[in-house]
Amino acid sequence: MTGQLLRGGTPPLPVIAFLCAFIALFRPLGANIAYGAAEPLFALAMVGLAFGAYAMMRFGDRAAIVAGLVASHFAGAVVIAELPEVGSHPFGAFWSGLVAAWLLAWATVGRIAAVRTRNPTWSRIIGIAIPALFGIWILILWEALVRGLGVPSVLLPAPSAIGAKLVSEVPTLAADFRQTFLKAVLIGWVLGCGSGFLVALLVDRVPFLRRGLLPIGNFVSALPIVGVAPIMVMWFGFDWPSKAAVVVIMTFFPMLVNTVAGLEAAGRMERDLMRTYAADHRQELLKLRLPAAMPFIFNALKINSTLALIGAIVAEFFGTPIVGMGFRISTEVGRMAIDMVWAEIAVAALAGSLFYGAVAFVERVVTFWHPSVRR
Amino acid sequence: MTTEAVAAPAKILPDSGFSAWLRLRFLPVAVIVLAIIVFWYVMVAVLNAPFQRQLFATAGQDYGTTDLIVATMDQERPVLPSPHQVVAEIWKTTVETPVTSKRSLVYHGWVTLSSTLVGFVLGTLLGVGLAVLIVHSRTLDKSLMPWVISSQTIPILAIAPMIIVVLNAVGITGLLPKAFISTYLSFFPVTVGVVTGLRSPEIIHLDLMRTYSATPSQVFWKLRLPAAIPFLFTSMKVAIAASLVGAIVGELPTGAVAGLGARLLAGSYYGQTVQIWSALVAAALMAAVLIMIVEAADRRVRARMGVRA
Repeated sequence: MTGQLLRGGTPPLPVIAFLCAFIALFRPLGANIAYGAAEPLFALAMVGLAFGAYAMMRFGDRAAIVAGLVASHFAGAVVIAELPEVGSHPFGAFWSGLVAAWLLAWATVGRIAAVRTRNPTWSRIIGIAIPALFGIWILILWEALVRGLGVPSVLLPAPSAIGAKLVSEVPTLAADFRQTFLKAVLIGWVLGCGSGFLVALLVDRVPFLRRGLLPIGNFVSALPIVGVAPIMVMWFGFDWPSKAAVVVIMTFFPMLVNTVAGLEAAGRMERDLMRTYAADHRQELLKLRLPAAMPFIFNALKINSTLALIGAIVAEFFGTPIVGMGFRISTEVGRMAIDMVWAEIAVAALAGSLFYGAVAFVERVVTFWHPSVRR
Repeated sequence: MTTEAVAAPAKILPDSGFSAWLRLRFLPVAVIVLAIIVFWYVMVAVLNAPFQRQLFATAGQDYGTTDLIVATMDQERPVLPSPHQVVAEIWKTTVETPVTSKRSLVYHGWVTLSSTLVGFVLGTLLGVGLAVLIVHSRTLDKSLMPWVISSQTIPILAIAPMIIVVLNAVGITGLLPKAFISTYLSFFPVTVGVVTGLRSPEIIHLDLMRTYSATPSQVFWKLRLPAAIPFLFTSMKVAIAASLVGAIVGELPTGAVAGLGARLLAGSYYGQTVQIWSALVAAALMAAVLIMIVEAADRRVRARMGVRA
């Protein structure tokens, strides 16, 4: 039963959306608005929703999806735009309208998810559009619920407030980004991955070292290494070098373990072939084993891109000059400026995903031959 | 004596059994660990020497190289404490101090362990629940799953101080806020792993279930869930390590009240390096034991399910 409800393409969702939109027209919207229909824009949005719900039940895929998308997002925008009108305590029609818009959007996404297309461009667009719509609706519901229920901003600020901070505090955010990301994270990441890689090349030549270091490396990778942060702050001072040192330690072992595993990945046959060519160690490494290790190495680079950001931010909780993402987060939390904290987190999340995305892009270029990339 | 003996092939050592385990697994690891400890002692002498020279100079004391090296091993607030100092501190704060004392590492360890475990259990349940929903709803799969995956690329731990302070403001204090951070960190790997696991049955097995006219719930309980168990345990190993990190970091913003994270922070405030290192070693041991427990459970469940090791 729940499975059917969740699947969305089946009748219940649009029917409920239709009923909710209908109710919204004839219930009080706010303390001084007796009927939803009294606000022209809101009335239009609800009629649109009812039409969208009808389209979802009766029309073909294309028309239903277009109608559903337009109606639900128009209604979502109108509901949020009505917030100042209805005051801090919206009435039934507001919530009913919000639920109707959300259900219709959900049904539309269900309809889009059920579309099967052979066209690669379309399937790509659909693959991006569905999670994007999901994200947009999280933001719409967040905004409407926080402002409609009057949640205090020290608990959870509305997305619009966070967005305003993102725009107004650009210089501060940029300074923090430079300090934490461009200095600590990038330098630490390059040094940590680089040294892990070089040690892996050394370890690979000595089987005894490999047998001894691999279990230790695996073990250390699972430890709470961020704990070394206070020690690094004592050794390297408050500024970015101590954070870069934490990042180096955090990224070293994943790189070591993955590179050593990757260098083992070349097949027996290929190695024998290299031997019949009388290839020396360097040639075998450069032409066969390193290329074969690339998927493993990039896996470590990707894991490390996330670890590096975490390491640098957490290390700043133990002491910094008065700039940096971790510093900003901990001090603004202390001042109860939670919207600024969210803005900083948004920057960190964006930086983290772009960093990861950049590494993943280079991976696709370098390992073009690998089955998971090849078309 | 004969040429045959010389020409005989080198004795091939066995690669299984106890002696092979000793030679191929234990010996290399033991040698490396020993090398690390030796390296540690050398670094202790090197890093602590400048301060020790100052101490000797102010005391107006004559000293030889041996005196200097011996003295660097037992400073009160060394730059790098020596391994035996850390071991002594751990011994003192676990065995010789009553567990109820605020100085007891067992007490602080228990504070961290309890929120780690609560967070881990909640995170695993949440992760499995979400994975079951995602596998059964195409809409959720297409809309939520990309977010779950991309959420792995963002530094979630940065949210920790905010969660602690905000929950404190609402009146939720103590174990729960830290457990929430652990939950939060541990449920993503579990979701991703279990979704992969629930999808792992091959088409041929699903078709077989169909020929038995199995209901969706039968397919789930008898095919998909057993197939997901190995994936579940693999991600639980990641999750419990993440959970411990979450609990430790969650203890930082509350102002160092209790827990291993608090010991780290208090140690860094007052320059108590031996305390920092002992908390760090305790955290590492805890992580190792937790992962070993999950591994043991994994082996047991596999044995019960009839999977050969």
